[in-house]
Amino acid sequence: MTTYDASFRVWRGDTGGGALEDFKVEVNEGEVVLDIIHRLQATQVPDLAVRWNCKAGKCGSCSAEINGRPRLMCMTRMSVFSHEETITVTPLRAFPVVRDLVTDVSFNYQKAREVPAFVPPKGVAAGEYRMQQVDVERSQEFRKCIECFLCQDTCHVVRDHEENKGAFAGPRFLMRIAELDMHPLDAADETGLDRKRTAQDEHGLGYCNITKCCTEVCPEHIKITDNALIPLKERAVDRKYDPLVWLGNKIGRRSGS
Amino acid sequence: MATGTEPQPLTGVHDASRAAIAPRHLRTDRWWLAPAVTAAGLLAFVVYSTWRAFVNDDYYAAPYVSPFYSPCVADNCVPMRGGPNADLIGSWWGLSPALLILIFPLAFRGTCYYYRKAYYRGFWASPPACAVAEPHKKYSGETRFPLIIQNIHRYTFYFALPVAAFLTYDAVLAYRDEHYRWGHMGLGTLVFTVNIVLIWAYTLSCHSCRHIVGGKLRHFSKHPVRYRLWGWAGKLNQHHMLLAWASLISVSLADLYVYFLATGAFDDPRFF
Repeated sequence: MTTYDASFRVWRGDTGGGALEDFKVEVNEGEVVLDIIHRLQATQVPDLAVRWNCKAGKCGSCSAEINGRPRLMCMTRMSVFSHEETITVTPLRAFPVVRDLVTDVSFNYQKAREVPAFVPPKGVAAGEYRMQQVDVERSQEFRKCIECFLCQDTCHVVRDHEENKGAFAGPRFLMRIAELDMHPLDAADETGLDRKRTAQDEHGLGYCNITKCCTEVCPEHIKITDNALIPLKERAVDRKYDPLVWLGNKIGRRSGS
Repeated sequence: MATGTEPQPLTGVHDASRAAIAPRHLRTDRWWLAPAVTAAGLLAFVVYSTWRAFVNDDYYAAPYVSPFYSPCVADNCVPMRGGPNADLIGSWWGLSPALLILIFPLAFRGTCYYYRKAYYRGFWASPPACAVAEPHKKYSGETRFPLIIQNIHRYTFYFALPVAAFLTYDAVLAYRDEHYRWGHMGLGTLVFTVNIVLIWAYTLSCHSCRHIVGGKLRHFSKHPVRYRLWGWAGKLNQHHMLLAWASLISVSLADLYVYFLATGAFDDPRFF
């Protein structure tokens, strides 16, 4: 079994300031970055703050930036780095820091609350929903989301512009709107809620310039841009910029398609 | 009183609430390579196509017509026997006829979701790469003029269809020889055939096309034909970037080929 000492540079600090600190930590074959952070915590800096839970890439807790790239620590194998490389680990840089590698991701919970929930169809009791697989498989891709918020972290709309956080829901929650708008039983339209229009008017869809960083960092490999954000933009075009579709809706030929 | 020299509040990754890390990014890979190559490739095409569009010469060598000049809708076009001459504009147009037609594929590609990513990253550094801070102080994306115009992509797709149809006609005409006899083939025929296949593949892989043929539906089960079309468009769409580059290169090569023939740089090798 191969064992070596790796060079790590880990950000330590809190809201009052902080700095990158250098460490040498033992690495064994088959380990991931989270293992090394745990060993660092166990052997050298017991007060190192790090958020983690499942160690299996399914809880989305251990999001951090490794060599400047947003990643899950538990899904980043040490074998992808050379033994001589210095590995830098920092907290997510789009959210307020709490301490060390832990950030305050409540921005995302706020945005989640702003997206109106699924609207049940009238006259169908819970437990009696029936849908065909072809009608739901498209949005099932989006249900793989583990809410690690790496896409929210890497999106330059809020990462580089704090002032946009009020207007922009971020890729994760625009994907949620797309999921609901594609849902075969969602009855939002019947209640006067136009998800296509509100995606642009209230959740900032127009801020997205489809540069695909959300897709690049998604640990679940969801094609966020191609399958959720662009289709949602096209749906907004249906509502706001396509006179033929507008006319079709006015004369009632396109409802319920 | 404001003197204009007060320090600006830090924002973005240097916002006071975030981890205090001075560098704009900590990426150690060659993140700059992809946007640099993209920008260089697009710039090369812009320079080449601008020269060819304005030069107004050497765009026809029987039986081939440059895709930059087809259909030729002005009176000042070179007569092309059986070719895409369609004098819709009249004689008042004195500039290159390519300018009248190139605007359509240019608008289609300019508003294409892939090319938007490419030039936002490559030319505008918005962002230059993922998790690399952009240099701009403000960002409004595609929420206001002029970038809100990107929403016309669907219409540019509609206009791109007849242009592709004309290029298909030109590719068929390429199965003639220089004396306009049918049933012949040369290296140019191959160039034009490959080009039109790539043009169609790129056009039909468009995100707007995918949406129009079926993506807008909520119940695929009620529209099995459109569901099938959506599936095909989706398969092509997965290769949209590749097709965008392949068709951009092929259309340039087809034009360059005609230019070489028209200037007498070489003769078209005939297969039969």
